Amino acid sequence: MHEYSIVQALLERVEHQARAHRATQVHRVQISIGDLAGVEIELLRTAYDTIRYRTMCQDAELEIRRVEACWTCSRCDASIPTGAPLRCATCGAAARLKTGDEIMLDRIEMEAA
Amino acid sequence: MCDTCGCGDPELVPVDVHEDILAGNRHRAEHNREHFRARGVFTVNLMGSPGAGKTAVLEATARYHPDARCGALAGDLATDNDASRLNAAGIPSLSITTGSACHLDAKMVHEALHAFPSWPDLDYLFVENVGNLVCPAVYDLGQDVNVVALSITEGEDKPIKYPVMFRNADLVLLTKMDLLPHLRHVSVANVLAAIAQVMPANKVILFSAESGLGVANWLAWLATRRAAQVGTRHHGDHGHGNEHHDHEHHHV
Repeated sequence: MHEYSIVQALLERVEHQARAHRATQVHRVQISIGDLAGVEIELLRTAYDTIRYRTMCQDAELEIRRVEACWTCSRCDASIPTGAPLRCATCGAAARLKTGDEIMLDRIEMEAA
Repeated sequence: MCDTCGCGDPELVPVDVHEDILAGNRHRAEHNREHFRARGVFTVNLMGSPGAGKTAVLEATARYHPDARCGALAGDLATDNDASRLNAAGIPSLSITTGSACHLDAKMVHEALHAFPSWPDLDYLFVENVGNLVCPAVYDLGQDVNVVALSITEGEDKPIKYPVMFRNADLVLLTKMDLLPHLRHVSVANVLAAIAQVMPANKVILFSAESGLGVANWLAWLATRRAAQVGTRHHGDHGHGNEHHDHEHHHV
């Protein structure tokens, strides 16, 4: 249930940006969550709907983009299928996660004063 | 207001941010890491389910390696039982009571360091995280390595069910191996195959705090990783316990 603390951190980042741009209101927040980021998207939505009141995001829509996990070889960049051992079939090096660990604030739409 | 045509509609400004939502925690973790590195303290983030044997791993560490200067911060929802056990085992420990929080974060560790003035004298600082196979994996604390205690009694498919915990693990200690003869339907090979699917480092030590199995390997692994990180550098200013925080803090 760390989704609540992630939303808390998100709101802090958004408010920081909103202040920097002297925005009066936030309309939309776009974020990316990787499949291997350890974040449950439905729980995140619930947490957002619970916490956003009385913040700048009170009326802001939360748009979540899911990012699929993609493993590749850390040496030769060959793709490694999920469900297989995380080792390159060609050169034997360990896999590295190319995408899928994102907990990322992408874009904010706000109303300027 | 729109000042292009004077219609009075509010002006919407899109701002591309592309920043890590947990950047604040990451920043605080880097701050902790700088302290650990400066003092030559090798820090282990020890994670695992409730009851996986994390505290027993540390008790065995102290029992078999009495020369190492070990200390621990023990994250616990409601009690300080783990820290009491560790103190009794000879590992000076401080409890971090998290209340309802399911994981430790860099700020909690940082605050605990202030209440644990002897930490700069340690060879190893173990951060025993809250028992939980999900949330602790998401928060960097400033550690040098991530170690997951997974007990053989938890079931063969746990690594596949909780891949995030294993993704950044440097080592898995497969604990309670002394119980294996009682587990007719558990195969160690299946557990290892599951770990290989989710853990790029794929490093596992079969371990039993009860029988001592794997303890020597664990201590050797720790020593090797510590030497690679800390080198043969000696501790800085012994006896100047609290002066490490004289500088300004710039927290996000």
